[in-house]
Amino acid sequence: MNMLEVDGLGHTYKGKDGLHTAIDGLNFTVGAGELVCVVGPSGCGKSTLLRTIAGLIRPSRGTVSLHGNRVDGVPPDLAVVFQDYSRSLFPWLSVTRNVEFPLRSLSRTEREQRAAEALAAVGLAGAGRKYPWQLSGGMQQRVAIARALAYRPSLLLMDEPFASVDAQTRFELEDLLLRIRREQDTTVLLVTHDIDESVYLGDRVLVLSKSPATVVADLDVPLGPVRDQITTRAGEEFVELRAKVAGLLQGGPVTVR
Amino acid sequence: MSGAPRVPASLIGLAGFFAVWEVASRTDLVPGYYLRPPSVVLPTMVRLLGDVEFVRAVLATLVATLLALVIAVLIAVPAGLVLGSVPPVRRAVMTLVEFLRPIPSVALIPLALLTFGTGPDTKVTLAVYGALWPILFNTMYALDEVDPLHVETARAFGTSRLGLLRRVALPSAAPFVLTGVRLSFAIALAVVISTELFSGGTIGLGQVVNTASGGGFNMDTVLAGTVLAGLIGFGANAGLEWLHRRAFGWTQPRGGAE
Repeated sequence: MNMLEVDGLGHTYKGKDGLHTAIDGLNFTVGAGELVCVVGPSGCGKSTLLRTIAGLIRPSRGTVSLHGNRVDGVPPDLAVVFQDYSRSLFPWLSVTRNVEFPLRSLSRTEREQRAAEALAAVGLAGAGRKYPWQLSGGMQQRVAIARALAYRPSLLLMDEPFASVDAQTRFELEDLLLRIRREQDTTVLLVTHDIDESVYLGDRVLVLSKSPATVVADLDVPLGPVRDQITTRAGEEFVELRAKVAGLLQGGPVTVR
Repeated sequence: MSGAPRVPASLIGLAGFFAVWEVASRTDLVPGYYLRPPSVVLPTMVRLLGDVEFVRAVLATLVATLLALVIAVLIAVPAGLVLGSVPPVRRAVMTLVEFLRPIPSVALIPLALLTFGTGPDTKVTLAVYGALWPILFNTMYALDEVDPLHVETARAFGTSRLGLLRRVALPSAAPFVLTGVRLSFAIALAVVISTELFSGGTIGLGQVVNTASGGGFNMDTVLAGTVLAGLIGFGANAGLEWLHRRAFGWTQPRGGAE
């Protein structure tokens, strides 16, 4: 079953200096339980794509459907993790209150239980009473992930979620994401400009062209559900795939020996 | 341990001011008869604080100031939220606001006295008028500064427009609003005392100063009242700054744990 269907999606901004088409004629689907990475050159409209799916921007053309329902406004069962954790967490709320933020409709005990579970899942069980500024960047992004998980979304959207942390922390967070989606069967659409990351994390990689972005290729990543930062990245399949993606991003398909 | 008592750096300016004042009134720089030195004024102030009538006057001034401040907050915060978040209203009203704001409250004293009489209504109304603006402007401009990513995050989690205002805009604006209140306290206090000076009937610190100034024989009381007004403002400011640090610690830049 398709969790997400994007059909003929296009968006044109009206700016002071004329029209700017960020994305055009995008078609793809994401199946339930899949982790799909979208990789594209910077400025190609990846963020526009993500914001239209999240219902934050109304697209100029085409449709987005979430488990069969057409997206018109913000869908109730979708969560977003943004790149800039320091601006996405609310500084006036404690970690627990940040995680509880989207759970307004639940009872107090249920909220507390969900927040505690989500924080435990990202390895921050003891940090609930702290404030975001008391945590490192990587820990803040874990809180943002916990907040999205606590919401139990049908689809988790991630906009360059690991682009602002150091390399070591990025590896940790990538593996955290892989573990969580194995445990919780979450459907994830993750936007990145990092070719290696897209191959390492994805079940599939969608390669976008330069702006206006269209889907250039839809690649399967047959690396299995359990991956390892050292051995997976050194494997032949990984290396071939990343070369293929890199080639596609430079314009046009290439054949790897 | 050093034997000499240490003066906090923040009090050096104040101490210097009193020293200059003392010298100025003890020498012939200014007519010393009117400008009584602090060595006379400060003991007078302490003595007056033991006087029931005087304390009652001070309390009347304080209550009027606080009341005006509360009313100003109740008007200016909602108004600022509306002006800050509904552009058409802002465009329609800003010219009026910019016209009213520069009018000094004290210039309205004669009109207010004739309209509201010499009771406390007059000084509270005028103080509200003066205290509105910093709170209104700080609230309004704070809304411009709300981080768009905070708004987007809240929206992505299905927060309604009203929810955005209450759960995102208001908490982000709160530190700026409190800064507005801090500025407004001094304004409200000054307006209350000025109105008391004008309208002899109403009880308050300004009236004490006004009565004592008649004929110039009681200048130490006049100056004691003036210095006390300054001390009240100083104390209120320090208290509000403390509250700001307590309530909004998150606004201060601090290093992360990394």
